[in-house]
Amino acid sequence: MSFITTVSAWLIPFILLLILLTATWKKIPSYELFVEGGKEGIKMAVSLLPFLVGMIVSISILRSSGALEAFIELITPLLALIGIPPDIIPLALVRPISGTAALGMTTELISTHGPDSFIGRLASTMQGSTDTTLYILTVYFGAIGIRKMGYALKVGLLADLIGILASVVIVTLIFG
Amino acid sequence: MVNLIWAAMAIIGILYAMFNGTMDDVNKAIFTSAEDAVSLSITLISTLVFWLGMMRIAEKAGILNGLAKLFRPIVLKIFPDIPSDHPAIGYILSNFTANMFGLGNAATPMGIKAMEQMKELSGGSDRASRSMITFLAMNTSSLTIIPTTVIAIRMQYDSMAPTEIVGTTIIATVISTISALIIDRIFYYRSIRRN
Repeated sequence: MSFITTVSAWLIPFILLLILLTATWKKIPSYELFVEGGKEGIKMAVSLLPFLVGMIVSISILRSSGALEAFIELITPLLALIGIPPDIIPLALVRPISGTAALGMTTELISTHGPDSFIGRLASTMQGSTDTTLYILTVYFGAIGIRKMGYALKVGLLADLIGILASVVIVTLIFG
Repeated sequence: MVNLIWAAMAIIGILYAMFNGTMDDVNKAIFTSAEDAVSLSITLISTLVFWLGMMRIAEKAGILNGLAKLFRPIVLKIFPDIPSDHPAIGYILSNFTANMFGLGNAATPMGIKAMEQMKELSGGSDRASRSMITFLAMNTSSLTIIPTTVIAIRMQYDSMAPTEIVGTTIIATVISTISALIIDRIFYYRSIRRN
């Protein structure tokens, strides 16, 4: 345990050390390059802003109206039929759409059921093993101006579905 | 499809609110969430500036190239459209590495950079190329090996073994990533056959 916390605390400083040592060794103007590269970041963040505002507002309309909750309530018994625990279904459905909402749900599931309960472990695994498809799509394609996304969204959502089912199966097999 | 999903989320929300008396909440949410999105972009500025600055140094110092050389055979299998000496490979690999260790903040700038390089490869077209979709699919399926945020939450709620979910997370991640690659291939071959 302490090993993993140490690794994650040391990792970023260590990467920086590696980059800066190599650059200095090779007599590369590190500070100037940093500033030059960083300037690009500002442009990128500004160009991302409208994409994020659009996507986040639309998602929050859906959430605040109660429609998302109603939909989840409607679909829960169906998904429970194929063996997905009802408590976890809201998280499974929200995970690809909203990262902050999913993190909130995971925290709540862990606090109500306990981190070492079946639901707590399942929520933890699910949170870690899939990512927010809609956010990644918005940010990555938004930043570089891709408008025709082809089959990207379908692939992303199908992969989420498999990730979620895999989490249920694996946690059941290992901790069930 | 994105246009449809985007509009549908808002339309369904507003229509639902009409009949369920939640219009006040919706009205409030529109403005607070727009603000949230702006503050998210501002938070993003710091990580984008910092990591893109660092990555520029890493690129010029030849670290990205070194990384690319090391894993070239695997990357070329996954992204057959990218030439073997292209700088996109270095960025793809640094994005994967950051993701594996749960460094989402660092992964995003590198991912955008990788996408930018792939856009250059496809001649600056606004259509998502094959490699872009593969890259996106791998990112959405998550590549986390050490889920740092989840471990932190588990510790906060006094878990007896906060890291015991690392194993299950890795297995689930491997399955979802491999499935993402397979689904991506299937869709790709279907799209060529159609054209």
